[in-house]
Amino acid sequence: MPHRIEIGLKKGLRDALGEKTKQRVQEELGLTLQDVRTVDVYTLDIDLSSSELELLAQGPFCDPVAQNYSIDRPLADDFDWLIEVGLRPGVTDNVGRTAREAAGLCIGRVLRQGEKIYASRQYLFKGGLARTDVEQVVVRILANTLIQRYTIVPAEEFDRQRGLGVSVPRVTGEGHVGVEEINLDISDQELMGLSRQRLLALNLDEMQALQGYFKGRDVITKREIRGLSSAVTDVELESIAQTWSEHCKHKIFNAIIEYTDPGGKRQVIESLFDTYIKASTEEIRTKLGQRDWCVSVFKDNAGVIAWDENYNLVFKVETHNSPSALDPYGGALTGIVGVNRDTLGTGKAAKLIYNTDIFCFAPPFYAKELPPRILHPRRIFEGVREGVEHGGNKSGIPTVNGSIVFDERFLGKPLVYCGTGGIIPRKILGEPSEEKTTRPGDRIVMTGGRIGKDGIHGATFSSEELHEGSPVTAVQIGDPITQKRMSDFILAARSRGLYRCITDNGAGGLSSSVGETAEFSNGCELDLQKAPLKYSGLQPWEILVSEAQERMTFAVPPDKIDAFLQLAAQMAVEATDLGVYTDSGYFHVRYGDRTVAYLDMDFLHAGLPPMRLKATWTPPDFVEPDFAVPEDLNSILNQMLARLNICSKEYVVRQYDHEVQGGSVIKPLCGLHDDGPSDAAVIRPVLDSMQGVVVSHGICPRYSDIDTYHMMACAIDEALRNYICVGGSLEGVAGLDNFCWCDPVASEKTPDGEYKLAQLVRANMALFDYTTAYMIPCISGKDSMKNDYMIGDHKISIPPTVLFSLIGRIDDVRKSQTMDAKAAGDLVYVLGITRNELGGSEYFALHDFIGAAVPKVDAAQALTLYQSLHEAFQKGLVRSCHDCSDGGLGVSLAETAFSGGLGMEVDLGSVPAEGLSRDDYLLFSESQSRFVITVSPQKKGAFEDCLQGRACAQIGTVSDTSQFIVRGLHGSTIINTDIYELKESWQRTLRF
Amino acid sequence: MQKVKALVVTGNGTNCEMEMAHACRLGGADVVDIVHIYQLLSGEKKLDDYHFLNLPGGFLDGDDLGSAKANAIRLRYAGTPQGESLFEQICRFVHKGKLILGICNGFQLLVKLGLIPALAGSITQEATLTFNDSGRFEDRWVYLKLNTNSPCVFTCDLQKLYLPVRHGEGKFIPADEQVLQTLQRHNLIVAQYSDPKYKRPVMDYPLNPNGSMEAIAGICDQTGRVFGMMPHAEAFLHFTNHPRWTRENIPAEGQGVALFRNAVEYIRKNL
Repeated sequence: MPHRIEIGLKKGLRDALGEKTKQRVQEELGLTLQDVRTVDVYTLDIDLSSSELELLAQGPFCDPVAQNYSIDRPLADDFDWLIEVGLRPGVTDNVGRTAREAAGLCIGRVLRQGEKIYASRQYLFKGGLARTDVEQVVVRILANTLIQRYTIVPAEEFDRQRGLGVSVPRVTGEGHVGVEEINLDISDQELMGLSRQRLLALNLDEMQALQGYFKGRDVITKREIRGLSSAVTDVELESIAQTWSEHCKHKIFNAIIEYTDPGGKRQVIESLFDTYIKASTEEIRTKLGQRDWCVSVFKDNAGVIAWDENYNLVFKVETHNSPSALDPYGGALTGIVGVNRDTLGTGKAAKLIYNTDIFCFAPPFYAKELPPRILHPRRIFEGVREGVEHGGNKSGIPTVNGSIVFDERFLGKPLVYCGTGGIIPRKILGEPSEEKTTRPGDRIVMTGGRIGKDGIHGATFSSEELHEGSPVTAVQIGDPITQKRMSDFILAARSRGLYRCITDNGAGGLSSSVGETAEFSNGCELDLQKAPLKYSGLQPWEILVSEAQERMTFAVPPDKIDAFLQLAAQMAVEATDLGVYTDSGYFHVRYGDRTVAYLDMDFLHAGLPPMRLKATWTPPDFVEPDFAVPEDLNSILNQMLARLNICSKEYVVRQYDHEVQGGSVIKPLCGLHDDGPSDAAVIRPVLDSMQGVVVSHGICPRYSDIDTYHMMACAIDEALRNYICVGGSLEGVAGLDNFCWCDPVASEKTPDGEYKLAQLVRANMALFDYTTAYMIPCISGKDSMKNDYMIGDHKISIPPTVLFSLIGRIDDVRKSQTMDAKAAGDLVYVLGITRNELGGSEYFALHDFIGAAVPKVDAAQALTLYQSLHEAFQKGLVRSCHDCSDGGLGVSLAETAFSGGLGMEVDLGSVPAEGLSRDDYLLFSESQSRFVITVSPQKKGAFEDCLQGRACAQIGTVSDTSQFIVRGLHGSTIINTDIYELKESWQRTLRF
Repeated sequence: MQKVKALVVTGNGTNCEMEMAHACRLGGADVVDIVHIYQLLSGEKKLDDYHFLNLPGGFLDGDDLGSAKANAIRLRYAGTPQGESLFEQICRFVHKGKLILGICNGFQLLVKLGLIPALAGSITQEATLTFNDSGRFEDRWVYLKLNTNSPCVFTCDLQKLYLPVRHGEGKFIPADEQVLQTLQRHNLIVAQYSDPKYKRPVMDYPLNPNGSMEAIAGICDQTGRVFGMMPHAEAFLHFTNHPRWTRENIPAEGQGVALFRNAVEYIRKNL
């Protein structure tokens, strides 16, 4: 018989979670509650004696000092509304899993497969809310009905003896496990119907290629030998759909594109990826010759570069947008632990040393009506923040760098970029660590979590816009602890040489991980019946494509398999031998004795016909706005600092562990009060070395409205500027490009597809031009191409967005710097030229304009400036360095001053500028490649010598008052305010 | 001279083992082993072979049942080939005059196992560490005023520390008034959150980051050899760890090293 154990706080103790809930209800819904208390509930679907129940309640579940418990009777008392929230059947229940493990230890027996514990939570509300209000609170704040179920009971209906009664959210299997055969000898229309109905996300060309393959005489004969008909099995169909999905194959980046420019000139581009991204890296590597620091690019789960004589660095950035739109917490949590596995599974396995997080949201203060199925941006913000908090903190990986970009169009889909860096010895047991392979005879072993229905169709789902039928099962919840255990195991197995190949199970699950690693040996034979399941009733195709988390796939040489499995068992990591790599040329999948998929490896991986697309570039017709210079620039500066894209993000940063692993050098927050906005991160992953790893990024989607070419150029420049700001070395730097686009394929749903594709082409052109100019090889990247929302006639497309991330080194971290002004009397310099470039700027956005003059990057000039500035860092001449980006010089100067707790007096007349006559434009232009720097007066001469010939001018001094004073182009004081007032404006917006 | 052997336990969600081991080395330990808990449970490694047990920070079992709770259960109930639980081995370790340091999650573990403050003689839980008043996990640096009259061997010559906290469950609550009074009377409250001048313990957020009673950040047992605290001493081993190293004159050695050096010196002299 199942039981319920309830755990509540002792009287008189503060219920922090309850108070936080009460506060959120007030802030987000404007509803006032008198009191909120919480009760933790464990539902035990285990046969237990009453003494065992007592032992469990007292032992693992109740803290004797702070809590009390009850068994099979309710604790709830003195409330107006009782709300209980638990997970739906089959959703990953981390607390339940830990509870089960502890329970087994306590009662001293191994629990059977079906014996489980389920966790849920009660909220006890006091305060006169109407039922409709309580329901609002539940669906807006407490529960996500996609993954959670809830009960609401008013006090007068509550049974004080029985409570809610025991209900067990057990997954009830459908019983019959079978394989369906689907006849492909059907019309084109029926083919497309099949693709839609099964969420295959394949187009007609692709469906026809599939049809053609199954008609082949040789194919039919070979299938007969395996006991298969000429009809495709559901296992094969799903496997092909995953392998061929936009998500896995990057069909748009590999398409043949006919690009037409405004002059009517046509150009055929065979693969954007090959033409611009790969070609750039190849060109740079050739130029670098002996100095080339790239080790492994574009072929593994993540890119690898050289760092010092003993170690290489690994970096990968992923997006997890679609799942985060549906379930922000689970989506983001899975995003971070998912990218962890990418880096972990690179080469022979890397140790993870940092995470980065960059989010794009609609404004959290959004007050208009929400379209169907869209969650409120504040909820997305909070859910994503918490998901990454749990994913990152619990994995013991510091979150060192990130940002949040706001734009109303991210209502359509939020963007959640998660990156993970790793470090790996250059050689492991004498072999280059970046090399991996599989050989015929190697065992296919899966480790980590079990397989459930979670995450089925994730790859195909993210290859579509968010629509009415977007599948619930595409959402999943990560389990950082199961993954941490597995990571510990992997590093132990690595040092003993227990495997030949490792890769993660991400999109497409086993289908992708085994399918891809089987390319080395040229075949595999996999038995799905051996796969460990969370619950029974999964169909073979579901087992193959499930994206259940925390799993890695290994190729283990036959003589190592026993040692591998034994070590895994000791370290409490589940590992299962699922079959063998072969050289048969076939992707062969069995379920027990029965063959359920038998596909030619060449067809599976190369049978996909390239897409043919058209792109036409018509520059948008924007004009420069016409408005008078505002009279009160004090107020304007405060308004600029308060803008969502500029204001302090400390609320988020503080809740991420940014210094675990003990190597933090430049933290995300800096300055006198530890609250200034650092430009980039520096860490020391090897604690007895002074060499550092530098991490930065650039992202500026607003410029896409004018021209994605310059958006891309600015993102690259911003990343590099931030990198230079902390002393990063130009030697040894590498880039990662992460494209998030709205659907660029022209169709009925997307009539402007040719324009959107032209935007994509132009961004790629800039990527080539600027990475080659700066000598930043791209080593890895990803694209997410369907970031649209479409329900009924309502379509929201995100602005084309590229996150450009950098990883590199600083030879001696002691030469690094932060952005805060350090001492009164120091000299304030501006580096780089300010131009009339306010198109797409925050300043124009403040006045509701877009403008036309988008910032452009002069790479040749910028590079010489960066080289000189780096030399000044090396000589120790820089006392603070801050980049100018959103909000330009005005914002950068103010941040430098208030982060240092010091005043500043500057003269705009001295700023190196071209074509500017307005004070406001000079203050807020977003021209690229600029810095605000402070230098000690003693170092003035040496600094200026270093910057000889570069755009560089002293514009003022740091003062020991708290006054921030700016003199305008005509000599009069245009801003005179207190730094703490500026700081308050900057901090207030997101002080949640 | 006797070789000082330090053990840093990891596994099941612990994540500060690398820097804690580094701290032991900087503190002068001759042998420092990072040992996975499975190696102790399987008997591959033996606690008895070491002098200094380090329980680092992290999220043991995800803190799913409350911080460090599930691991406390594991240590008490999981058997070893020697036929005794790890908990019994740890008790013997303490009894033999050896040293234990628990930081953050390690502190939570010590408290939930009842190894500190261990006032009653019998080892039962007499205090707890629960959710911060803010309801949030936070990473921020705190000022710690140390009790110079405490028997704690780790902090014997120290008056103050500046270290980061990184936790969501750091609010210290004693089981009752009597426990608190005994802690005070025996000077077992080793570290308290304080104002930036280290003058007085503070209850104000964020200087007191979690609302701990009596601003308690760390306590020890009556021997002074078992010590736990929330702030991360192992996170400040080098001056570049200090959040304001670019603007203040910070000594090359981080403040956290002293605790480990004191431990190693104590072992050399006494064991």
